[in-house]
Amino acid sequence: MSDVLSLSLAEALEGLKNKDFSARELAETHVKAAEAINPALNCFTVIDGDRAIEMASASDARIAKGEAGLLEGAPLAIKDLYAVQGVNTEACSNILKGFKPEYESTVTQKLWDQGAVFLGKTNMDEFAMGSSNETSAHGPVINPWRKTGSDENLVPGGSSGGAASALAAGVSYGSTGTDTGGSIRQPAAFTGLVGVKPTYGRCSRWGIVAFASSLDHPGPFAKTVKDSAILTQAMSGYDPKDSTSYPGEVPNWIEAVGQSVKGLRIGVPKEYSVDGMPEDIAKLWAQGVDWLKAAGCEIVDVSLPMTKYALPAYYIIAPAEASSNLARYDGMRYGVRVEGEDLADTYEKTRAAGFGAEVQRRVLMGTYVLSAGYYDAYYVRALKVRRKILEDFNNAFTQVDALLTPTTPSAAFGIGAKANASPLEMYLNDIFTVTANIAGVPAMSVPAGLDKDGLPLGLQIITKALDEATMFKVGAALEDAAGFTAKPQAWWA
Amino acid sequence: MSVTTDEVRRIAKLARIAEPTARLEALTQELNGILDWVEQLGEVDVEGVEPMTTPVVTPLPMREDAITDGNVRDKVLKNAPNADAGFFVVPKSVE
Repeated sequence: MSDVLSLSLAEALEGLKNKDFSARELAETHVKAAEAINPALNCFTVIDGDRAIEMASASDARIAKGEAGLLEGAPLAIKDLYAVQGVNTEACSNILKGFKPEYESTVTQKLWDQGAVFLGKTNMDEFAMGSSNETSAHGPVINPWRKTGSDENLVPGGSSGGAASALAAGVSYGSTGTDTGGSIRQPAAFTGLVGVKPTYGRCSRWGIVAFASSLDHPGPFAKTVKDSAILTQAMSGYDPKDSTSYPGEVPNWIEAVGQSVKGLRIGVPKEYSVDGMPEDIAKLWAQGVDWLKAAGCEIVDVSLPMTKYALPAYYIIAPAEASSNLARYDGMRYGVRVEGEDLADTYEKTRAAGFGAEVQRRVLMGTYVLSAGYYDAYYVRALKVRRKILEDFNNAFTQVDALLTPTTPSAAFGIGAKANASPLEMYLNDIFTVTANIAGVPAMSVPAGLDKDGLPLGLQIITKALDEATMFKVGAALEDAAGFTAKPQAWWA
Repeated sequence: MSVTTDEVRRIAKLARIAEPTARLEALTQELNGILDWVEQLGEVDVEGVEPMTTPVVTPLPMREDAITDGNVRDKVLKNAPNADAGFFVVPKSVE
């Protein structure tokens, strides 16, 4: 049965429909595989075999009755940020140790309603703050990919590192992530996967631990562009419980995959060509342009002059929102409490013990930029710059249908490689992805090639708000042209 | 602008995080590194630009003013670090 692990989601769903195997068999194989890879990769925080088998049996019953949902019987891995009823949901933070929600996040509920099977929770950077999955209270996640001929452990990227690592190792048919500055697309690029961040508001944030509410985007990791369209389809839709949920209809994105891209105008923004970009990445980007040209697209040089201000604006806005969102962790109603001499002392001890170093740094940064005397100079100015960045995109999308850029400025790096660097160096990982969070526009990363060390690299497609259809179309065209079939060597087996 | 160790102490107080004594110097330096870097936003002409608070503008949804949830006291208390007789138990805050 272990060969089912190499199937894509679409192939597995087809196999279930044809009764080549049962959902229960799939679940059993995946639980066993998850338990086998976890000691080496540390990608799961919870593996729930009992629930997986129970849900899979229910799927088999529905398949037998001809009542299969869109994802019927497919085991999925869920980022620890999503509330799953009765299952530890800790945002990989000590402050939420042992927290078992009495409710289900809207997005995971949608997945279960379509018949998906819960396999487990995946490791992540604490409160999704990180780009290497090294800030987790559960320890770092290991990337299944290694440099050719090397046994050095690499990071899977972050913050959704466990979701990426598990899927890249062939365990689950898709996983959920959240993307606040690149936390789906960057790990997808580092692990040879497709990662999608839909338009802001497409996927409900309800029941997902909040980091920076105006920037947080739930979305999927998938093995193929088609799988990513199926998963995005299932996860999207209006939710009255999230006041920023987009109320319009969800179009059929699965149909968009495979449609011709002939005549589409693809913008190549010159500002994404940065100093010190590795040659492999510059080459791959140029190759991507050629692939789309060959598929009939028109290539247009565009300029997004505000690009360089996106990351600094992000590092004011995101910490500001985080300091406000994380104020709720005070040790009173849930989570861990460290008793102090009085109420204030209890708050302070609880938060000092419960939050890790990166989270504390961002909460302090956010508190500072929101404090009296600095609010206008930092926070309000950043919000104004944010609008200028959005206007950049709006201007570009009067000339083009989609933008093509690299996803990351480097391939995956070693565990601890940036331990002695300043926090800024880690932040620069998100330089190409953060702009789409600032503007709320849809963006995806598609695996497009390997670098000279044999590590995967991704290309990013960005389209205008609510135009995921074009994004999936272009993504599928890139996937076709790239023919990326490389898989990591199973050194952990 | 940059912060001093005293200011970092004050910010920690505002954020209700116990003073990071051991890391105070390092933390001050890290925060100043970030503040120096975000300083470049000063180059952007933002005269007359409206601050942007949400990326996709949607009308604020309205609903009937009806009770749609509730009667879940035990569920609410289930994850409390300390609960008793249907209440959260918290440190004394009023003398």
